[in-house]
Amino acid sequence: MCPCNVEKGKRGVSVQQDEILEARKISFGYRERQILRDVSFIISPGERAALVGPSGCGKSTLAKILAGYLKPSGGAALWGGEPLPSGGYCPVQMIQQHPEAAVDPRWKMERILKEGGMPAPDVLQAMGIEREWLTRWPSELSGGELQRFCIARVLREETRFLICDEISTMLDAITQAQVWHSLLAMSEGYGFGMLVITHNIELAKQVCDRILEWKDLTS
Amino acid sequence: MRCRRHGGLTANTRVRVAVYIAASALYVLGILVWGLKMPESAYGVDYSMKLMAPGAGHIFGTDFMGRDMLCRCVKGLSTSISIAALAAGVSSVIALAAGIAAAVSGGKTDSFINWCIDLCMGIPHLILLILISFMLGRGTTGVTVAVALTHWPELARVVRAEVLQIRSAPYVQAAYKMGRTKGQVAWGHMIPHVLPVWMVGVVLLFPHAIMHEASITFLGFGLPAEEPAIGVILSESMQYISTGKWWLALFPGLLLLAAVMLFDVIGENLKKLMDPGSAQE
Repeated sequence: MCPCNVEKGKRGVSVQQDEILEARKISFGYRERQILRDVSFIISPGERAALVGPSGCGKSTLAKILAGYLKPSGGAALWGGEPLPSGGYCPVQMIQQHPEAAVDPRWKMERILKEGGMPAPDVLQAMGIEREWLTRWPSELSGGELQRFCIARVLREETRFLICDEISTMLDAITQAQVWHSLLAMSEGYGFGMLVITHNIELAKQVCDRILEWKDLTS
Repeated sequence: MRCRRHGGLTANTRVRVAVYIAASALYVLGILVWGLKMPESAYGVDYSMKLMAPGAGHIFGTDFMGRDMLCRCVKGLSTSISIAALAAGVSSVIALAAGIAAAVSGGKTDSFINWCIDLCMGIPHLILLILISFMLGRGTTGVTVAVALTHWPELARVVRAEVLQIRSAPYVQAAYKMGRTKGQVAWGHMIPHVLPVWMVGVVLLFPHAIMHEASITFLGFGLPAEEPAIGVILSESMQYISTGKWWLALFPGLLLLAAVMLFDVIGENLKKLMDPGSAQE
C-alpha cells in the first residue's frame, strides 16, 4: 500500500493527501517488559480501521502513542509523514476508555464541552446530550453520559483523525447503536479517518472498512 | 466508624470545627485591630509606676520604665501578626508559582526550582533569617523581608507534589491536545486542584512566621529595641527574671503561645473542613 496513490477516501469523501496516519516501527516497553515491538501500519485518509486484539495486549498503549499522549521508545507515530504538532489543536484526537478520568471533576459539563472551542449544535443533538446536563458536575452523570460529552467535544472540523479506544463498552446496547450511528455520520460529514480499538469483532465489522488483527501487526 | 469513613465529617463535627475557627480568628483579629488602633500613650513611660506586679490598674503589671505590659504585649503581638501576614502573603504566592512551574514544566525548570528549595531548606532557617536581616541592616525592613522570603520552600514542595498527581491525568493531557497552553491548563485545572491544600498551608505559615519574627528580634537581629515587639519584651525580661519579676516574661510568653497555637487550630480545622478524608488521620 503506497500512500501516494491515495486520491480519495474509501467512500469518496474529498480528503487531503497529507492526512495519512502512520505507525512506523513503533516499540514501547517498561523496564523489563516489552509491550510493543516494531508495530507498523498505515491508515489512508478518511479510512476507518479497526484494531482487534485480546485485552491486555497493548492496544491502549498503541492508541496513546498514536495520539501523542505517550512517547514510543522506538519508531514514530506520523501524521502526514511528520510528527504530531506539539501545540495548538491536535488533528489526531483520542477518546478514552474511561470518561470519568477524561473530565476535570471540578468543572461543570458546559465548560468541559467548550474546552476545545464551541461544538456545533447538531453535535449535541446527535450525541443525545440533554440541555440540562450542561449545568451539572461530572459526578452527577453516569459513565455513558460523560462519554457522550467526551465524544462531542472532539467532533469538530479541526479533528482529522479520531482514535476510539473501547469507547462504547460502558454504554447500553441502544445508546451504543445511537452513538456509533452518529459517529459514522460525522466521520462521513467531516471526512475524518478513524481507528477503532475494540475486542468486539462484530462491532469492528459493522463500523469499519478494514480490520487490523493484533497478531498480524506484531509478528 | 463506618459511617464517619463514608460520610466524611458528621454535622456536629462540622459545627465544632467552624466554632473553633471562628473563635481563633476572633482572638487573632482582635489582637491585630486592638494593637493597630492603640495610641502610643497607652504604653507611655511613667517612672512612678515602674516594675509593679500585676494588679487592678495594670493586669499584666508594668516594666522597668513603668509602661503598661498589657498594652505593650498587644501592640507587639499585633506587629508580629502584621509581619506574619505579609510573610504568608509573599511566601504563599512564591510557593504557588514555583510549585506549579516546577511540576508543569518539568526538566530543567523543575531541577532548578528543586535546587532552590533544597538550598533554602539546607540552611538552618534561623541562620538564613539572621543573614538576610543582617544584610538589609536589621530593623523592621530586615526582619520583614527575611521572614517573607524564607517561608515558601515547604509549601512549594507540597504544591509541586499535588500538581504532579494530576499532571498526567487524562483530562489534563486531553486539554493540551485540544490546543490549551500550559498557562491555561495551570490556571484552569491545576490551581483549582491545589487551592484547598495551598490555603491550609498559608494559614499554617502564620505560626512559623510569628515565631521566627519573635526569635530573631529576641536575638537582636530584628525589630529595634524602642519598638514594642514580643521579641524585644522577652529579651528585656531576661534581665529582670532573676530578681523575681516573673510577670515580665510570663504574660508576653503566654500571649505569643496562644496566638501561635490558635493559628495552628485554624489551619488544622480548615484541613478537616476541606478534606474530610484527612480528619481520620
